[in-house]
Amino acid sequence: MAAPVLELRGVTKAFGERQVLRGIDLTVTEHEAIALIGASGSGKSTLLRCIDLLEEIDDGDVLLDGEVITDPSVDPVAVRRRLGLVFQAYNLFPHLTALQNVVLGEMRAHGVSRAEAEESGRALLARFGLAGREDDRPDNLSGGQQQRVAIARAFSGRPRALLLDEVTSALDPELVGEVLAAVRDLKGEGLTMVIATHEMSFAREVADEVAFLHEGRIVEAGPPAKVLGEPERPETRRFLSRLLEAGRI
Amino acid sequence: MVRLRAVPRRGQNRGRLSAAAVISDRRLEREAAKRRQERRSQGIAAASTIIVLGGLAAWILSSPGWPEVRELFFNWEVFKEAFPEVLDGFWLDVKLFVLVEIAVLILGLAIALIRTSRGAALFPLRLLAAVWVDLFRGIPTILLVYLVGFGVPALRLSGLPTDPVVLGGIALGLSYSAYVAEVYRAGIRSVHRGQRDAALAVGLTETQTMRHVILPQAIRRVVPPLLNDFVALQKDVALVSILGPLEAFRLAQIFQGETFNYTPLIAAALLYLAVTVPLARLVDRMGGAPGEVR
Repeated sequence: MAAPVLELRGVTKAFGERQVLRGIDLTVTEHEAIALIGASGSGKSTLLRCIDLLEEIDDGDVLLDGEVITDPSVDPVAVRRRLGLVFQAYNLFPHLTALQNVVLGEMRAHGVSRAEAEESGRALLARFGLAGREDDRPDNLSGGQQQRVAIARAFSGRPRALLLDEVTSALDPELVGEVLAAVRDLKGEGLTMVIATHEMSFAREVADEVAFLHEGRIVEAGPPAKVLGEPERPETRRFLSRLLEAGRI
Repeated sequence: MVRLRAVPRRGQNRGRLSAAAVISDRRLEREAAKRRQERRSQGIAAASTIIVLGGLAAWILSSPGWPEVRELFFNWEVFKEAFPEVLDGFWLDVKLFVLVEIAVLILGLAIALIRTSRGAALFPLRLLAAVWVDLFRGIPTILLVYLVGFGVPALRLSGLPTDPVVLGGIALGLSYSAYVAEVYRAGIRSVHRGQRDAALAVGLTETQTMRHVILPQAIRRVVPPLLNDFVALQKDVALVSILGPLEAFRLAQIFQGETFNYTPLIAAALLYLAVTVPLARLVDRMGGAPGEVR
């Protein structure tokens, strides 16, 4: 069997006194989408940032295609070029147009020529319903459009895995659907994904596996129908019933 | 109960002719009242300006010393004679200003980049940059002009410049590069952390992140404060006069010494204003929306 795309072994991370990740084990195989669910502050964002080497982990290992990427000897830039990360707040570059946002990494990090990068960038924007908006600055785009540009930007380098950090949490409700459609589209292509999300129905639909994160640990993981439908652990049940009360399921 | 009202179609309210049919009496009344208020406040502004400025003028013009002051500071004959010469000297100020400004913009950026760098190898440079800023921002500019202008030639080292204009320019450059470096640094630090994260996430190196993502945003934000330092430098160029070069202020002083009349200084002041006022208006216009990205 081929090595998993991503593998986390006993990953811990603290910010000062605050222990955010307390030993995470997680395996993501090729073409698999894993949904990370859990309350705010349960460590979902930190976990994704640690995988993309934007945070340094304290203990454990992260492996990408069987290679340990969290050793000090590994060049983080080379690793990040093999991964894509989409942020909750889009983090588009405000001084660049939509197309420039998408091609910057292609041209500077992957050494693709401008013409080639722009051609594939246009195609990617069109794929996510943004044809005609190539020359707009982020200011002139709606939240949903900005997040789709951000997804195109993260996907433009054809990453081995795409990490999505609550990509719909900053959006007005009526804009959530268009962003989820873009993610669904990428899942259909077989892209390996780790999706931190609050959208349970979406997790149920797109994810092959759901992992529930609670106080820095994965306390329950399994098929969506199982974890979201018949959770075993009391923490998971409490979390889901709170979401239900809030009308979020 | 919520009453729904007929919503005018888009465009129906555009243009005076079609709007006239839609505008209600209530709205017309309110607009007329607003116009009356505006006229009234304009009237008050005009009247108070006349009273204040007129009063001030009357007060000065009726002062016992005014006839002598007018003769000493505002003598048209002396002005006509002095102005061309002072203007001649002023070109030196402008040249020096432009050259020093260019040097300061480059040097300041270099210092700011060093101060915000992270690499361990750059530590000595970071220390040097920090000391540079503390030192040259902490010493009065006029003192720096003295120290560099008279100290460097006294070393009698070959290869070092001895031209007072060059030395004066270097002194101004030391002082202003420290200020401008801090302006750049503030701009760099004002760019949100998420921008750096996003740039790294698409695979850029630290240097590429700075060059393509952080700096373009930082520089846009600091244009108004940079222009502000331009204005200050343009005036401080006159400090070079203490080293002897015949620039506007120095020529005006010489002329004043010969004629025992201060009008040449007024001529010099007007020349500085001719440059600094347009610059200041430019600052105002660019400062309208701080941090806005165009």
